[in-house]
Amino acid sequence: MSGIVRYGSYVPFNRIQRSAIGAGRGERAAASYDEDSASMAVEASREALRELPEGAAVDTVAFASTSAPYSEKLNAATLQAATNLPKSVTALDLGGSTRSGLSALLAGIDMASAGRTVLVAASDVVVGAPSGPRESGGGDAAAAFVLSGNGSEPVARLIGRASCTEEVLDVWKSPGMPFAKQWEERFGADVYTPLLVETFGRALADAGVSASDLSKVVLDGTNARVFRGFLRPAGVAPEQILDGLAGTVGRAGSAHAGLVLASALDGASAGDRIAVAVVADGVDVAVFEVTDAIDAGRPKHSVASWVESKRNDLAYTTYLKWREVLPFEPPRRPDPDRPAAPPMQRAERWKFGFLGSRCNRCGNTNLPPQRVCVVCQAVDDSTVEPYADGECRISTYTLDRLAYSLQPPVIGAVVDFDKGGRMLCQLTDVDPDNVGIGDELEMTFRRLYTAGGVHNYFWKARPKR
Amino acid sequence: MASKGICDRVAIVGMGCTKFGEHWNRSASDLLVDAVQEAYGSAGIEPDNVDAYWLGTTGSGISGLTLSEPLKIQYKPVTRLENMCATGSEAIRNAAYAVASGAYDLVMAVGVEKLKDSGFSGLTGSAPPGDGTESGMTAPANFSLLAPAYAEKYGVDLETMRDVLTKIAYKNHYNGARNEKAQFQREVPVEKINASPKVAGMLGIMDCSGVSDGSAAAVICRAEDAHKYNDNPIFIKALSFVAGPSEGAKRQDYDFTTFPEVVESARDAYVQAGIEDPREQISMAEVHDCFTPTELVLMEDLGFSPRGQAWKDTMDGRFDLDGDQPVNPDGGLKSFGHPIGASGLRMMYEMWLQLRGEAGERQIADPKVGLTHNLGGAPGRCVSFVSVVGL
Repeated sequence: MSGIVRYGSYVPFNRIQRSAIGAGRGERAAASYDEDSASMAVEASREALRELPEGAAVDTVAFASTSAPYSEKLNAATLQAATNLPKSVTALDLGGSTRSGLSALLAGIDMASAGRTVLVAASDVVVGAPSGPRESGGGDAAAAFVLSGNGSEPVARLIGRASCTEEVLDVWKSPGMPFAKQWEERFGADVYTPLLVETFGRALADAGVSASDLSKVVLDGTNARVFRGFLRPAGVAPEQILDGLAGTVGRAGSAHAGLVLASALDGASAGDRIAVAVVADGVDVAVFEVTDAIDAGRPKHSVASWVESKRNDLAYTTYLKWREVLPFEPPRRPDPDRPAAPPMQRAERWKFGFLGSRCNRCGNTNLPPQRVCVVCQAVDDSTVEPYADGECRISTYTLDRLAYSLQPPVIGAVVDFDKGGRMLCQLTDVDPDNVGIGDELEMTFRRLYTAGGVHNYFWKARPKR
Repeated sequence: MASKGICDRVAIVGMGCTKFGEHWNRSASDLLVDAVQEAYGSAGIEPDNVDAYWLGTTGSGISGLTLSEPLKIQYKPVTRLENMCATGSEAIRNAAYAVASGAYDLVMAVGVEKLKDSGFSGLTGSAPPGDGTESGMTAPANFSLLAPAYAEKYGVDLETMRDVLTKIAYKNHYNGARNEKAQFQREVPVEKINASPKVAGMLGIMDCSGVSDGSAAAVICRAEDAHKYNDNPIFIKALSFVAGPSEGAKRQDYDFTTFPEVVESARDAYVQAGIEDPREQISMAEVHDCFTPTELVLMEDLGFSPRGQAWKDTMDGRFDLDGDQPVNPDGGLKSFGHPIGASGLRMMYEMWLQLRGEAGERQIADPKVGLTHNLGGAPGRCVSFVSVVGL
């Protein structure tokens, strides 16, 4: 039976307190200046792909987002390259609605039932108009799932599902609009609540369970008012509803249902039944049953650990600058060069996959991969050495106040890997006042900058989270 | 492996150098005309006498036309070359080897850079189309890595390290204040150096060389012809150039307290010149003080100070204008300014003045052997040039 074989989540390091926006309590997650929905999807996917069970070989990649970095150019290809999945994968981008995350998960399970092994990553950077509810209530995060139906024991099986599609003007954003708009919530609630009750009932019937059999219910949608009138007719008790992370992360668009489902799986036991409902342009409901495999299938980082690992003193003006809402005075330095297509193509395994080389003759590791070994000068005699998960530390570092950055100073570090190899790279998610030689680091996939409409992705190092 | 060298076979018989600085009203072409005309005059020659030219510039023009066009050079070979910040020295080296070979009798090495037209802070370069994976760090950031590494290795506390760097900046500005061609001709108080706005790591603005415009030129011939042109020529004892394999950026055993490229180019130059004890035998030096910690490390890489001792020698005044081994008597990159392609020739220009006793207020007593050192790149990944010249 098809289901979730592995899962992973990602919440960026930075949070902005809603009091800094003048909009209520709690805080929302904010992608750093060097992150976007694709780079965050890579981080969540690395979690999900870290220890795949034997026999699970991903052959399909789906990326769901309403904030895809490219509107034309396959974002799922970035995901494939950065996670070193084989080029033989089928890859697709999904979007158009914040329901697309759960829709992609269901589609992925359908593909799994047809024999595919599918990586589904949902990720969003939610940018609302300044002072609006989408800005304060939104959040940035990603979730990823590996779905399979053959062989590998899932950590959670899909036991029931139902969908409903409604042509309704609730949230909309047409090309050229800087921010999405939303019709008044009372209207949305009036349209959606009955649809949710009805669809939820069909999903439970499909699963052959009643509402009281559910350990947890994940409710997500464009309009929280929808859920007020849902519980009683659906027979769901308030204590069954899982914390929607509104106070710590905010609603992370198409990634949100997956993120909350991941937090449910983090705390689930075998036999638990979890329903997930997303209300946006209709309704999707999925009912999962957690299996014995859950304890061996949890990712390195729980959602709670991501939420806990943070810096939450982001200034509102800085946030607006990062999101390109607020124009700012650039440094007196040239704009960064647009990376060129052929060099990027040639360097793909380094730039995206972060694969170095190990000399077959002397064993030295070379970053980036070298045709001629830097130690013994052997020519064209090396093997690929993966570095993305390599343990590494700061050999020395400096604060560069002159270099171009949306968040100066750039912290440049000489990073030495425990398995050998050195590179000079930028640190990110780091407090310049709290960095030292010897600090342990881990690599993270980032968007260094955008030039000429081209997003320049590469790896940086960050203090361990 | 060693260079055979051309010790005492080639002479410099004329030089010219513009004032370095913010020449808002002068183009690269103007600067070239000024420096080359001064060099013609210095050697007492006409343009017709020159057989070939080498022009060093990193970004102020491409091809030999950059020089032949403004000067209306009449259908002669002009080679334009580039080797990062050591570009000017490379022009000298290639020109000197050309006369040594016998292919030409009289040649010119010229360097120029027009940096102030870009409107940017610091240096900018135009890299070929790339894959976007470079670190993006600036020159001051790269060189700032030297200071804490040196301090750590030799047990110098960071406060003392700050004093050492300040001393280097102070000294070079002191010297530049006595040089009418320097970009900055004022002494800078220690407090001002210490309090300058931070640029990278420990380095403030006052630890960085001056971004400037300028040009310099040298007339070069074989030694046996030197006195035809000038009663007081200077002679080339050694020219060494090294491009490193970029090990330091890739190998964990590199510790950012030395430039292996400099050590090798110095060793090679000393063999060519027959120098056995550079601390004693080199009377004075112009070195690549692009940032203050660079000069500190160079004192050890060039063999002027034992390892771990350069900071003491610096503080003791050994490298002051009136010290035992003056370094950067003309103010160095720090105070004279650093128009990239011209800097190597500017260093040689000070040797020209000092050896001929024409350095005025800065004149060092009876110098015999001078050294110029020019570096391009960054710690762990650089090119290095060393020359030794004398009477």
